[in-house]
Amino acid sequence: MEVPILKQGLYLIASIQAALSDVDLLHLRDALAEKVGKYRARGVIVDVTVLDVMDSFASRTLRDLAHMTRLRGAETVIVGIQPEVAFAMVQLGLTLEGVDTALDLEEGLAFLDKKTKRRTSRG
Amino acid sequence: MASETVVPITTDTDVVVARQKGRELAAELGFVSTDSTLLATAISELARNIVRYAKHGEIVIAPIQSGDRVGITVVARDKGPGIASILLAMQDGYSTSGGLGLGLPGVKRLMDEFHLASDANVGTTVTIKKWKR
Amino acid sequence: MGEQKMKKNENRGSGVSPAREMPPPDDESTVSLLRELVNHLRKNRTQLREEWARRITAAKLLGAMTSEEMFAEATSVYDNYVEVLETGAVEALQAYARDLSERIIPRGVETDEVVGIVLLLRDVLARSLFAKYQTDFQLLNRILDAYEPAANRIANTVAVGFVQERERIIRQQQEAIRELSTPVLQVRERLLILPIIGVIDSQRARQLTEQLLRGIRTNRAKVVVIDITGVAAMDATVANHLVQTVEASRLLGATVIVTGLSPEIAQTLVTIGVDLGKMNTVGDLQGGIEEAERLLGYKVAPLIEGTQQPI
Repeated sequence: MEVPILKQGLYLIASIQAALSDVDLLHLRDALAEKVGKYRARGVIVDVTVLDVMDSFASRTLRDLAHMTRLRGAETVIVGIQPEVAFAMVQLGLTLEGVDTALDLEEGLAFLDKKTKRRTSRG
Repeated sequence: MASETVVPITTDTDVVVARQKGRELAAELGFVSTDSTLLATAISELARNIVRYAKHGEIVIAPIQSGDRVGITVVARDKGPGIASILLAMQDGYSTSGGLGLGLPGVKRLMDEFHLASDANVGTTVTIKKWKR
Repeated sequence: MGEQKMKKNENRGSGVSPAREMPPPDDESTVSLLRELVNHLRKNRTQLREEWARRITAAKLLGAMTSEEMFAEATSVYDNYVEVLETGAVEALQAYARDLSERIIPRGVETDEVVGIVLLLRDVLARSLFAKYQTDFQLLNRILDAYEPAANRIANTVAVGFVQERERIIRQQQEAIRELSTPVLQVRERLLILPIIGVIDSQRARQLTEQLLRGIRTNRAKVVVIDITGVAAMDATVANHLVQTVEASRLLGATVIVTGLSPEIAQTLVTIGVDLGKMNTVGDLQGGIEEAERLLGYKVAPLIEGTQQPI
């Protein structure tokens, strides 16, 4: 099942709709990496509000996703992690270290705006 | 009345099935949703270990009772290579196939009770229990 | 209250084990004897119930209830008692015992009172059987053979049901107290403060984390100040919970500032491998709030001491 990826200005937004199989998550990772290159996106938002479980595989794949998109010049932020899911994750030692996170889509966009602006002003 | 569910584990799709069954049982027994998520996450990790290391196994999810306390027990069973050294496995970060390891210490933290038995010739059985608050 | 009721119903549906069924009457004569004595108990319901109520009052039990309340409960207990004698349906009795307990525990009824009144009922009914069958000693014996095990099983079931219900209620109350004693305060927009006072054990720490995370989501907080000035000591497990709280908050997009870290607790954190350099800590709560406001973009201009002029 494919995750819809929307383009909003220089950002790509992927909203996960339902429980994803491992294969679907890997597809999403690769699709986003590809589209970042294709559209020269500056930011990626992955909305995981609907995910009711985040295990080590999901965590690792999201980390890979963030690395891959950064290599292609885009910042990724994961939004919508549910309180209980966050709780379970840290108990398992899954902290998504090195990956930016925000509360929801709105916060994610604000975060990207700040971060990409900084890069523009420096460059 | 809830009963036992057996989920054969071979592919990653089975992982999702197993944790959904866990959630269903937790909901049926009236677990708070936080604990239901903890349980589903633990099941997911155990099922993944089976797929990754043993290729094939099963997850059995059943309701349990002690006095007036109600809970869920999950048994993750496989006939895989066994964990070479249980002590090593229980140390955070140890892993033979790279990545985040077996996650067993994490699973133990998520649950109320945790028991591990592993033998290179027989396989591995992990038993976990979560009680309703 | 409504939530409590819902949980109870679910408990009932799933938890009852069929292992302790009353042994079904094993022969025709026992069945007919039980039927005969149940008929007798039903026919004489009014006076036996009154006798029982009288004995309860004489024994000074159920003092917490008014006599109307006591009589109402006595009536339903009596009818259920006789019903279970007839049907042997222990499950129904267990359900009734839990129901009864849930009603009377808040009224302050104690375990010894519940056991006491059930035993008194057993005695009152037994005496009534003696009176009826006194002329036929053999028949009386057979009647008692049928009655006694059933009556004793009932007394046991009710007592155990009461105690279990008490324990369940106590656990719930403790949980509620824990939740009340850890308030998450919204001080400013996007800023939460969690002052922790007193002793934290592992369970309270977990509850704290859950409450905070829910609070972050509800209040859309971007910064959280956790003040542990009031915490004397922390063992490694609780310290771990604190670290997990910080990490989980970050997953929800919130930054955590820990204030009031005593040297002892700092030591505990270092011992469990926490890099204090990576944890956002400030000496006191006031400082923590200022830092939080700074992070949120509020301009906090320090004043030159003694004047109203900014530096």
